[in-house]
Amino acid sequence: MRDEIATVYELSVPGRAGIGLPASDVPATDLPADEVRADCGLPELSQLDVVRHYVALSQRNFGVDSGFYPLGSCTMKFNPKVNEAIAGIPGFAATHPLQPAETVQGNLVLMFELQQWLAEIGGFAGVSLQPCAGAHGEFAGLLMMRAYHHERGDFKRTRVLIPDSAHGTNPASTTMAGFTAVEVPSNGRGNIDLEAVRAACNDTLAGIMMTNPNTLGLFEERIGEVVQLVSDCGGLVYGDGANMNAVVGVVRPGDLGFDVMHFNLHKTFATPHGGGGPGSGPVGVSARLKDFLPGPVVEMARDPDGPRYRLAMPAKSIGRVSPFLGNFGMFVRAYAYIRQHGAAGLRANSEHAVLNANYLRVRLHDTFTVPFERVNMHEFVCRGAIEGTEVRALDVSKRLLDYGFHPPTNYFPLIVPEALMIEPTETETKPTLDAFVEAMKAIAKEAHADPALVRAAPHRTPVRRLDEVKAARELVLSDRTAPSLPGTARASPAPSARKSGRDARGPR
Amino acid sequence: MSYVPHTERERRDMLAAIGVDRMEDLFADVPAQVRFPELNLPPALPEPDLLREMQAQAARNFPVDPARSFLGAGVYHHFRPATVDYVLSRGEFYTSYTQYQPEVSQGMLQALFEYQSMICRLTGMEVSSASHYNGATAMAEAVLLALNAAHGKRSKVVMSPAVHPAYREVLKTYLRGMPAAVVAGDEDGTADTTRLKSLIDEDTAALVIQNPNFFGQWEPATELAEAIHRAGGLFIVVADPISLGLFRPPGAYGADVVAAEGQSLGIPPSFGGPHLGIFATRMAHVRRLSGHLVGETVDADGRRGYVLTLATREQHIRRAKATSNICTNSALCALGAAVYLTTMGTRGLRQIAELCYQKSHYAAAEIDRLKGFAINPQAPARPFFKEFVVRLPAPAAEINARLREQHGIIGGYDLGDDYPHLKDHMLIAVTELNTRAGIDQLVRTLGKAAT
Repeated sequence: MRDEIATVYELSVPGRAGIGLPASDVPATDLPADEVRADCGLPELSQLDVVRHYVALSQRNFGVDSGFYPLGSCTMKFNPKVNEAIAGIPGFAATHPLQPAETVQGNLVLMFELQQWLAEIGGFAGVSLQPCAGAHGEFAGLLMMRAYHHERGDFKRTRVLIPDSAHGTNPASTTMAGFTAVEVPSNGRGNIDLEAVRAACNDTLAGIMMTNPNTLGLFEERIGEVVQLVSDCGGLVYGDGANMNAVVGVVRPGDLGFDVMHFNLHKTFATPHGGGGPGSGPVGVSARLKDFLPGPVVEMARDPDGPRYRLAMPAKSIGRVSPFLGNFGMFVRAYAYIRQHGAAGLRANSEHAVLNANYLRVRLHDTFTVPFERVNMHEFVCRGAIEGTEVRALDVSKRLLDYGFHPPTNYFPLIVPEALMIEPTETETKPTLDAFVEAMKAIAKEAHADPALVRAAPHRTPVRRLDEVKAARELVLSDRTAPSLPGTARASPAPSARKSGRDARGPR
Repeated sequence: MSYVPHTERERRDMLAAIGVDRMEDLFADVPAQVRFPELNLPPALPEPDLLREMQAQAARNFPVDPARSFLGAGVYHHFRPATVDYVLSRGEFYTSYTQYQPEVSQGMLQALFEYQSMICRLTGMEVSSASHYNGATAMAEAVLLALNAAHGKRSKVVMSPAVHPAYREVLKTYLRGMPAAVVAGDEDGTADTTRLKSLIDEDTAALVIQNPNFFGQWEPATELAEAIHRAGGLFIVVADPISLGLFRPPGAYGADVVAAEGQSLGIPPSFGGPHLGIFATRMAHVRRLSGHLVGETVDADGRRGYVLTLATREQHIRRAKATSNICTNSALCALGAAVYLTTMGTRGLRQIAELCYQKSHYAAAEIDRLKGFAINPQAPARPFFKEFVVRLPAPAAEINARLREQHGIIGGYDLGDDYPHLKDHMLIAVTELNTRAGIDQLVRTLGKAAT
């Protein structure tokens, strides 16, 4: 298990083939000689070598299917297998986005209904499925806010308030949309500081980005007043839907006065995270922003023969954020998920996500301090450093790997030092949560009894702690054993006489 | 059906441990007047019924036969080796997330590192991101890189009108909040080289071309590269990764950034997404690159391993000063592309590219013989790869309806929608999946449609 796995370039033997392809069945045309290259530099492996390589790699990767994955703010819940089967139905997967509407009515109905359902769940007047991820939805939302103000001839509004507990995507998206991010502090109860919001409200305010529940896992107790303050000074309220899994069927952000929010289909609606993506980040908006939605969106027209579905650009659309219709494959999965659950099932998911998180909190809070402690939503944040020892949150996380658990989110939100942000989700059983609690408590004991053991963890993973400084300093970003091609500068230093770990050490 | 596993007894025990009586008590912070809305959603469906309903939904679409589809324009029906879905179906990969804990993410990290390595070879570039959402957003991010590289001193982007229209629209959206302007050459259906060059000046941060362009034709790329480099701007090339199996990579003719749609590399069309944004550049720009980047390093025992690196560019560290807001990307599609490229190898990809070239030229020659049709009428001398423009004797929509209704053929892309002067022109794509019989059927039906 601890051997290095040879790269595809190390496995490559010129002349091997992974696939048989047909010969051309048409008369030959000469190639444009000036444009032809000699070699495109790909590795050459047998198909069995390809399969074994990727199977070996998969065995070095931890997913929700491998075990408990309480990565806060990421909602690593079970990805129902039937949804994968459905997304693969050729009637969906083989359709081309530029086909005429009459040939893709099945897809368009699905998108139309998903737009409707997300609007219903969020309490919004309209939804666009264009954005490909949460941050992409934020960007689209902020551009809509900008377009809204500009359309009213109001060009002064350049500032967007962002709580200090917010995800980094919020300020980054704000900059991309041409606004200035203004940080707002949190108060002693883990809520946004209302007085700071009040002080920042003036006619240069474009709006505020709120994550609710926030990244401490707490529902903003004075959300109504925050919305009121911002609205009264002419600002708009953006909702970061990353934490929506806490409140589906519990509260609709639109009912709280939010003007725009992105949904993360890969969190709340169980589409797989894919090792980092693809996700999907539809945006929902209030009536006053509906015409600005990115498009195209799907509309229904009533024909004598029944409803017909077609693509349309909203009247004052900010334009496309995706070249086609967004991540349709994710829409199919989210649609199936909503369909399978119904309203009661979705609410039960949120309730149990909150139940599981609170259960973990009360079982752990004697061992790991919970700042801002009160009933939390779907996640909570505790301090991961073990007092009286040198063991830090990072060490606890790494030691959890030895116990077979994926660690929580580390060092976020930034307002809690040594933060561990724990989100169990609703699909985990009580015995799993209990086992996690026991592991956390065992690690806390180890921190006192044998701190070196914890500080050097993990011990049972395919590799031990990795040298991130070396990675950033040397920047080996491409396989040094790959052939260098004419006309291509070599990015990384040539392979040195680096002793191959594999040969030098042999299996362990 | 819900996947919540709790028994009534477990639920009771857990509520007791928390110290509340009922589930509702957990939501006291939510304003009472808006708490627990009745959601108007269809009733829950058990799995067998769900599957049946979704199959029926899919059956409402026209059944697409890739051998008889000639629609491309940025999304293509290509052969997908069985190895791709086999690997992508492994839960260890597809149910994982971004590799924040590298010790248990070596599989995905190594696969992405190998993906980066193969993309560098394929494009002739030095560094590749671990993926973007799709080709259009990769191109938009490439433009942001160029503006950033000019440190705010250059605000103009010269864009070939022969770049995919939807990509140009996405870029327009991306630049809404930026002090930057896109100037395009004439919408004459080909990028007039002289005109494009005349637009480049000292204020130009980048020149963007697609090669082969939206119409499938090669651009005089070397000449354009020289022009933009003389003015001190960056050369951004939107490429077709399949073409790179056989033809010169952008790195060989001076590209500074390559953006490409990777969907052709083993990813189904899926009605437009999820797809794969390929983004590669030169080492000089590595700190301006957006998105995750995997680097090689060693562990505490000196064993080779991989980590996400240069995180200081990214939003979770740099926040408002990050190179981009991108976080979630298209990693699983990058994995699919890596499996595809590893399965194909150098010779396999070359063969696929050759088949596309040969079959599209066969189709073009046959259509060119038909009365009333013309191939690439705006630029007949330019070589093309797998797509070509056809001037039609009737509106494209009419011809496409006939192709579909009579023979189950999906015809080409109606160019009149994006290029008013190309009314009654369609863009036809031919890949290795189009059979000679399918092409002959297309030609016969087009011939009849003209009369």
